Amino acid sequence: MTPRQKKMTLFVSVAVAAGGLVAWLVVSALNKDGGINFSFTPSDVYDKKAPQGKSFRIGGLVVEHSVKRETDGLTVHFDVTDTARSMPVVYKGILPDLFKEGKGVVAQGKLESDGVFHADEVLAKHDENYMPPEAKRALDQAKAQTQAASAVVAAPASK
Amino acid sequence: MIPELGHFSLIVALMLALVQGVLPIWGAARGNAVLMGVARPVAVGQFVFVALAFGCLAYAFLDNDFSVQYVAQNSNSHLPAQYRFAALWGGHEGSLLLWTFLLTVWTVAVAQFSKHLPQEMVARVIGVMGLVSVGFLLFMLFLSNPFLRLLPAAADGRDLNPLLQDPGMVIHPPMLYMGYVGFSVAFAFALSALIGGQLDATWARWSRPWTTVAWVFLTLGIALGSGWAYYELGWGGWWFWDPVENASFMPWLVGTGLVHSLAVTEKRGAFKSWTVLLAIGAFSLSLLGTFLVRSGVLTSVHAFTTDPQRGFFILALLFVVIGSSLLLYAWRAPKIGLGGKFELVSRETFLLLNNVLLSVAAATVFLGTLYPLFVEALSSGQRKLSVGPPYFEAVFLPVMVPMVLLMALGPIARWKQANLSDIWRRVRWVAAGSLVLAIALPFALGKWTPLIALGLLLAFWVMGTVLADLRRRMVRDGGLKTQSPSYFGMQLAHLGIAVFIIGVTLVKGYETERDVRMAPGDTVVAGGYTFRFDGVQETAGPNYQAMQGRVIVSKGDKTVAQLYPEKRNYMTSGMPMTEAAIDIGLFRDLYVSLGEPIPDSNGAWAVRVYHKPFVDWIWGGCILMALGGILALSDRRYRIHARKKQATESSSTGAAREKGASVVANRSKTA
Repeated sequence: MTPRQKKMTLFVSVAVAAGGLVAWLVVSALNKDGGINFSFTPSDVYDKKAPQGKSFRIGGLVVEHSVKRETDGLTVHFDVTDTARSMPVVYKGILPDLFKEGKGVVAQGKLESDGVFHADEVLAKHDENYMPPEAKRALDQAKAQTQAASAVVAAPASK
Repeated sequence: MIPELGHFSLIVALMLALVQGVLPIWGAARGNAVLMGVARPVAVGQFVFVALAFGCLAYAFLDNDFSVQYVAQNSNSHLPAQYRFAALWGGHEGSLLLWTFLLTVWTVAVAQFSKHLPQEMVARVIGVMGLVSVGFLLFMLFLSNPFLRLLPAAADGRDLNPLLQDPGMVIHPPMLYMGYVGFSVAFAFALSALIGGQLDATWARWSRPWTTVAWVFLTLGIALGSGWAYYELGWGGWWFWDPVENASFMPWLVGTGLVHSLAVTEKRGAFKSWTVLLAIGAFSLSLLGTFLVRSGVLTSVHAFTTDPQRGFFILALLFVVIGSSLLLYAWRAPKIGLGGKFELVSRETFLLLNNVLLSVAAATVFLGTLYPLFVEALSSGQRKLSVGPPYFEAVFLPVMVPMVLLMALGPIARWKQANLSDIWRRVRWVAAGSLVLAIALPFALGKWTPLIALGLLLAFWVMGTVLADLRRRMVRDGGLKTQSPSYFGMQLAHLGIAVFIIGVTLVKGYETERDVRMAPGDTVVAGGYTFRFDGVQETAGPNYQAMQGRVIVSKGDKTVAQLYPEKRNYMTSGMPMTEAAIDIGLFRDLYVSLGEPIPDSNGAWAVRVYHKPFVDWIWGGCILMALGGILALSDRRYRIHARKKQATESSSTGAAREKGASVVANRSKTA
């Protein structure tokens, strides 16, 4: 090899190695717990589509009159619904300002074997009238499914 | 009437922007001095009309004109005047107007301070900025007009989001936008160099101060935003890897690379194509950042409203800007050449590595920020996900550690060819000292983890090399007086990085965060301080009611601070808001915020009590970086009045102009 070729070979191999390293870094970082958080709706969780023991997000509405505090004042239990299904959530800590019954919410955490979603983060949004996309999607999907279901039910009835 | 005047001004501004974008560039291509001469007056004209529109909207806000839809959505008659003014950029439409206004300000500044530049260059630069302005004005006039009327008018406005009613929010967006828009100057210089096919050290020296100014603004803007999140969101974090924060961080990373790459292009004539690419990249990411913030494309705590209709125009605009500039790059860059050669071990190599690492960091942030969008688009909206801080922390640290280690060596290494053993001889004591200190100090502070030691090592390493280099220059190279301001600016900015790293390391390593239930009289200990809760009482602000808590902080027998955290309820919007109380100190912050009252208890509240050691060093480091940038700007090479003088001299006769040009050329050699 000429010196020029040698130099080029060295350069290319270093570049490939560095590129591989970065790619590995990115992939392993994405696979970290909490790196990627998929969103699921309460219906998804009911259909067992959500993973057990791995971090994910749920979105929906806080069910009215479902918020209950333990005597320590910090542990909060509430239900999240997409209007079709609802699921219990527990969170320990101070809730964001805009957390309210009947309003949209997004929680991140894990589904434990007790069937309760243990949230380690409840997300706040900056604007009261703003519906978190995850929560909105959950409601839309549930609505679409109920409509499809009622269409199926309605079809024989119209015969 | 006033809003219509503003609307009309925007239309006139669009016409002027079209003229500004087309005629000077065409004139430069044809060598037509008259057409090129159009650039400056038209730029000023555009500025006047956009400023008029800006003034009209400001008037509508201050005058509580709720027949304007945008005002009705973002303001309220009870809102204090300064926030009514700041509400102008509280939403999407107004932000765009602010952006365009700042663009015209930058354009006028370029027109003003470029008298010594070749006419073709100025014409092209102002022309490109005019084209950018056309895009924004079109977008504003057709899809997000802030002057749209609301008929019938609202009785009162919906109020500005309470989170934005804060002095930090009054200046944060303009600062950030000054940075974003400032990169348009670097971008315009890069494009005009591509069009003209002339890219050399003089070009780099012209665009360098503009880039540095933009970088300083962006640095301060990001720091302000982070500070705002820290004290206003009430949960004591200073960086969340939120898509919108990332959106401002990506142009900063690439812009930092650009600042360094320009230095090489100016001093050594190398990295030319790379510099141009970075300039295009920094501005493209700024555009992306602008749109990500307010258009609601991404799931973010900053996303206020969503309007998918605008998405298409935004994508189209980004496509046109990035696509056309990259096409131009592909077409013209081979002509520019690569520039000066350098050996494997040289300052150029260190700066190149710094550039590569910064770009890789920006790319990983980009991937994490936009990955959810890609996945969602590919699954046609079925799959929704978010990328969390664990990802960013895991990729960012391994890229930044070598970056910071190398950062200390760059200023020591010689241009063109350096000697590794020579460098090693100069830093070995610093290396040994910082290693020992970094390992020992965490024991003294009470907790040892590898990350704390690593953070301290990086900070001491950078500080040590900066000081060692200062000392060496003081002793060897004829004293510090002979050093240029840009040298001190660089070292100050590097010190800023070290200060920043200390802040991040110590706050992450030693902070205490406690969420507790507190009845009046209860105490809690955090970080050696005792916090006593004295209950809450009602107070009222101009447009809100509040529950104000009282917390007495003491250390030993001594009372250190009295804190008054509030839980506010804004009357118009009905939005509750937590107002944290912070006792700021050089070495620690004491941070208290109220959660919610605990029902069926004797006035007990959920209270958040934080002890944050060295947290203010994070922003202190950013301020040092910005000061470093300002110091570098004061360098004689860039001094404005020197230029002006030169320009007036050279404009007297043609011969003098020739002379002036040769003076510029000579200076570039000596610099």
